[in-house]
Amino acid sequence: MNNSGSDAVMVEDLEKRFGRFVAVDKISFAVKKGEVFGLLGPNGAGKSTTIRMLCGIIAPTSGYGRVAGHDIFSEPEAIKHAIGYMSQKFSLYEDMTPYENIRFYLGVYEVPQEAWKERIEWVLDMARLQDVRYRITRELPPGWRQRLALGCALLHRPEILFLDEPTSGVDPITRRSFWEFINTLAAQGVTVFVTTHYMDEARNCQRLVMINEGKIAAMGSPSEIIAEVFPCRPEADLSDVFIHLMARRGE
Amino acid sequence: MSWLRIRELVRKEFIQLFRDKKNRPLLIIAPFVQLLVFGYVLSTDVRDVRVGIVDQSRTRESRLLMDALNANRTFRITQYTNHPKELDEVLLRRKVDLALKIGPDFSERIRKGNSAPVQILADGSMSNMASLRIAYTSLVLEGFNQRMIEERFKQRLDYGKIDARIRTWYNPNLDSRNFFVPGIVAILIMILSLLLTSMAIIREKEAGTIEQLIVTPLRPIELILGKTIPYIIITQTLMIIVITFAIVWFSLPLKGNFFLLIAAACLFLLSTLGIGLFISTISATQQQAMMTTFFFILPFFMFSGFVFPIASMPTVIQWLTYLNPLRYFLVIIRGVFLKGVGMEILWPQFIAMMVLGLIVFISAVKRFRKRLD
Repeated sequence: MNNSGSDAVMVEDLEKRFGRFVAVDKISFAVKKGEVFGLLGPNGAGKSTTIRMLCGIIAPTSGYGRVAGHDIFSEPEAIKHAIGYMSQKFSLYEDMTPYENIRFYLGVYEVPQEAWKERIEWVLDMARLQDVRYRITRELPPGWRQRLALGCALLHRPEILFLDEPTSGVDPITRRSFWEFINTLAAQGVTVFVTTHYMDEARNCQRLVMINEGKIAAMGSPSEIIAEVFPCRPEADLSDVFIHLMARRGE
Repeated sequence: MSWLRIRELVRKEFIQLFRDKKNRPLLIIAPFVQLLVFGYVLSTDVRDVRVGIVDQSRTRESRLLMDALNANRTFRITQYTNHPKELDEVLLRRKVDLALKIGPDFSERIRKGNSAPVQILADGSMSNMASLRIAYTSLVLEGFNQRMIEERFKQRLDYGKIDARIRTWYNPNLDSRNFFVPGIVAILIMILSLLLTSMAIIREKEAGTIEQLIVTPLRPIELILGKTIPYIIITQTLMIIVITFAIVWFSLPLKGNFFLLIAAACLFLLSTLGIGLFISTISATQQQAMMTTFFFILPFFMFSGFVFPIASMPTVIQWLTYLNPLRYFLVIIRGVFLKGVGMEILWPQFIAMMVLGLIVFISAVKRFRKRLD
């Protein structure tokens, strides 16, 4: 990779095996800084496994990768300072209030205590949770909890935000405002790496990688991918491409 | 290592612990119920032994023997029967704990200067109690003999005889409560620290919250400290409360230094928290952790000398008890409570507990870190 200096994420021949099962089969791709990047694929394609390797939750079997300029094998700790992560399952403390959750993660990320007050207000405003700051999180609707999770992932102002199926189980209206927010973040220079299987979300990404059964099936901007797969069908959209590519392997 | 992270972890742990209403009975009621149960119910003292008697002699001597038994506070004659068969029956039905048969020729033999047999039947199905009751009965009979001999030969006969002047130190009334209650403090600390630490980590695994922690720069050692410090604070607080309660309520003597107990508890906690961490690495759910915890607690409890004396265990088991941290902690806590001894006597126990604790804790931490990476 000759322009790796401007890449937020870069992987080469990244592989993950669970016993004899190959979850991710030697994939290579790069994500530019400030880009909204989508990793698409059906359930079980290896999306979550990839994102979890990049965030240092699980160790890759082989290959090479850099996140925020740090090696994923040798410098996982440096990576953790630079990234924010939100999983598809709500994984903050449901028995604590939004305020307590935010405060806890401010401490865990070692945000200077002078900045706490300002950050807490910023997150509560951003996630529109000011009115429920002292309510138990369990009692909040899923969409609200998701906003809190996103807020906590941004507390330490990460360079790269990893979102693993961020809008599963969220209504379309919340989903749209969620994407508006993602775009504002990208405009501020945050790299957003998102996995999804919703095509309307994929259209929001500047660049996509489609994977199926652990292998890359297509790569490029949404329009590039459509043009490549269906050169003679200008009316085709991303869903057609997705179904075409994913079905081909299943045969 | 960041103290800010550890502080916030500890804070979070306390918020969660006290917010969950299910934890309150575990933390507040359970210790006192255990203390009261063990303090009042569990007792190996020989008291109020019910005696059944067949007196076929019906003479002054046989009555004197019965008076001697009755005069002793340990015994209470509850059944008089005329037929030896009836006596066997009441013993079988557990109406009496001990049966005494005085034969028809009892006083005749005494007057002639022969030895007079008296049959004593004890319920041996409770072997330990039976041997204690027999021993007490022998004492009474010994006194009776002495009296008969003095009556017959009206002069002193104790020339050159050993006169045993027995005094029991540290627990003069041989009150088993004084033996058990300090032990309960140790048991409580063990159960609570084991259970709470493993649960605290498993809860995060079950809820998936551990994943969010792994993507943060939080280090395993900070997580471990954040998960153990709250339970050190809680168990030490409970220990202080329970000891105070034991002193006030059961008028238990605390002869030694209280702070020595705190220090010993800290060393003991090294082992139990280490095992708690270990359990959290081998269990996936809270149920599993609970079962595994009891799998550990039971042998610790049985082979510690809390109830069953180590000296009466088979030799191999006796060696194994050296690996049991509770064994040492019990010696310390009883020594400090009842004998008032300090470091000058208890240092071997302190060292053993420290070495054991460090080995267990460090290997648990290593395993825990490997699992987390």
